[in-house]
Amino acid sequence: MTRGLIAGIVLIAATVLVSLSTFYTVAESEQVVITEFGKPIGKPVTKPGLHLKWPFIQEARFFDKRWLEWLGDANQVPTRDKKYIWVDVYARWRISDPLRFFQRLRDEMGAQSRIDDIIDGETRNVIANHNLIEVVRSTNRAFAETDEMKDVFEAEAMQSVQLGREKLERMILARASRVMPDYGIELVDVRIHRINYVEAVRAKVYDRMISERKRIADRHRSEGQGESAKIRGKKERELKGIDSEAYRRAQEIMGKADAEAAGIYAAAYGKDAELYRFLRSMETYKTVLDKESWLVLSTDSELLRFLRSSDGR
Amino acid sequence: MAGNGRFGRETEDPLGDMLRRLREVPRRLGLIAVLVLGGVALYSAYYQVEPDEVGVVTRFGRFVGTTPPGPHIKWPLGIERVQNVPVERQNKQEFGFRTVQAGVRTEFGRDSGTEAESLMLTGDLNVANVEWIVQYKIADPYRYLFKVREVRATLGIMSEAVMREVVGDHSVTELLTVGREAIALQAKESLAALCKRYEMGVDIQQLVLQDVDPPAPVRPSFNDVNEAIQERERAINEAWAEYNQEIPKARGSAEQQVQAAEGYAVERVNRARGDTERFLALQGEYRKAPAVTRTRLYLETLAAVLPKTGRRVIVDDKLRSVLPLLSIGKEVSP
Repeated sequence: MTRGLIAGIVLIAATVLVSLSTFYTVAESEQVVITEFGKPIGKPVTKPGLHLKWPFIQEARFFDKRWLEWLGDANQVPTRDKKYIWVDVYARWRISDPLRFFQRLRDEMGAQSRIDDIIDGETRNVIANHNLIEVVRSTNRAFAETDEMKDVFEAEAMQSVQLGREKLERMILARASRVMPDYGIELVDVRIHRINYVEAVRAKVYDRMISERKRIADRHRSEGQGESAKIRGKKERELKGIDSEAYRRAQEIMGKADAEAAGIYAAAYGKDAELYRFLRSMETYKTVLDKESWLVLSTDSELLRFLRSSDGR
Repeated sequence: MAGNGRFGRETEDPLGDMLRRLREVPRRLGLIAVLVLGGVALYSAYYQVEPDEVGVVTRFGRFVGTTPPGPHIKWPLGIERVQNVPVERQNKQEFGFRTVQAGVRTEFGRDSGTEAESLMLTGDLNVANVEWIVQYKIADPYRYLFKVREVRATLGIMSEAVMREVVGDHSVTELLTVGREAIALQAKESLAALCKRYEMGVDIQQLVLQDVDPPAPVRPSFNDVNEAIQERERAINEAWAEYNQEIPKARGSAEQQVQAAEGYAVERVNRARGDTERFLALQGEYRKAPAVTRTRLYLETLAAVLPKTGRRVIVDDKLRSVLPLLSIGKEVSP
């Protein structure tokens, strides 16, 4: 009885062991290479679910089927126009041929370091062969320019872009992809996710930005002064115009009145000039003579001739 | 006897007793094992999906379907497995800053790590600090789980790449002023397209630009530009104010001048008319007796004038030498 019990336990344990070694599950995110004594056997298993293999002699090696991440170290690279920049690149890749991948690289650690080598190198090559502007910009889109911004941009920033960032990224991808199939890797995308000036260049760029802004500010200020001077000039001109126009009209009106008055006087006084002269003289005496005046009168005069004799002779 | 017998029975055959008990152990063990196994099976057959989640069921690793929120039964003991994916939850990632503590007054943190995220080159080769957030939902749990590893980190890197690509095509002025919305929109669209390409199973809901600043060392000069714009506006406004003050005044005084001239004209003509009417009236009478009238007028005038004059000297034209005798100076000095 006891022997039977022990045998039963052993049997169950063996069955469990054998079945554990025989059955294996492949998850949706996995793919499997079966090896026999370390040597890959048959096609890789990519279908998820429950699968069978020979127990003990065969071994299942699991690989990821998903899109995997690769993040490069920041690289200090000079561009063709000798600008030193930090470039961070990321890539998306997957194990497209797990068998080859297993043979060449063994595991993801190996793959990561291999991708490091390849993409870093290609990134350097591509960046070093192009100007900074090609790395930064994607299109030749014109910047929205306000009037005061004109001529402010550096000539460098205004260069037209031959390829642009996206094409450069594709160039890196294409070059790196040439060797990848050999490792059982499919490279699906390479992208630059950070670019920055190295510290020394950044300081210079800041200086340039400051002087650029200063130019814009100066332009605004002088524009303000110019504009206000223009308005003041307009004001002066209009003031002079208004004043002189008023003067002209006043003179014209007064002249006409003077002429009319002169006409009236002439018409009236012309009838008897002698009388006018006399009357006018009389009027004038009244106003001209005052208490400061000396009047020397002859007894011959109309008034005083009777002083000499009553007959006035 | 009975008590003794009982005691005796046990001591009679101790080996048989033990064997009997031992034989009962596996039977009980089996029962316990079955019970435990059944309990575990039942327990592992039950699962629950929370209201904001969906359950993704895999059988032996193979995807078989999704289940809605609520209690559910599955094959136990690892045959079927469930992963709950929060599809209704709004996820958020921050770039260039981190919310330290959300609340009424939210605290934000920034350090060299977030600065590395936010510092970027603009299309005119300037540098700007751009902070933004991305909100997303898991739209396709299958893809989210089985197509991409490390979705959250991947999305972060993608978002940075896309934002730099878009900002790299705009000038710093656009970024800081007129281009903000366009940039956010374009970045969102690019990011959504990239998510689709990478089969992330993620739906980008919103991409919002937060603080967008020039880097700290150049910030004063950007402020100076704003000040200069204000100054320009002020100078222009002041000039217009002066203009508006002086021109109407000048128009008023011009009108006054003209009116005065009109007044002068009326007066002048009226006076002329008055003077001449008077003259003509007088002349009419004068003609009737010229000599008498003339003499009368002359004498009247003298009568009016003479009392007003200071000194009057009367000379006889026959006495020629009278003038030198007059001490004129003495008379004049007051």
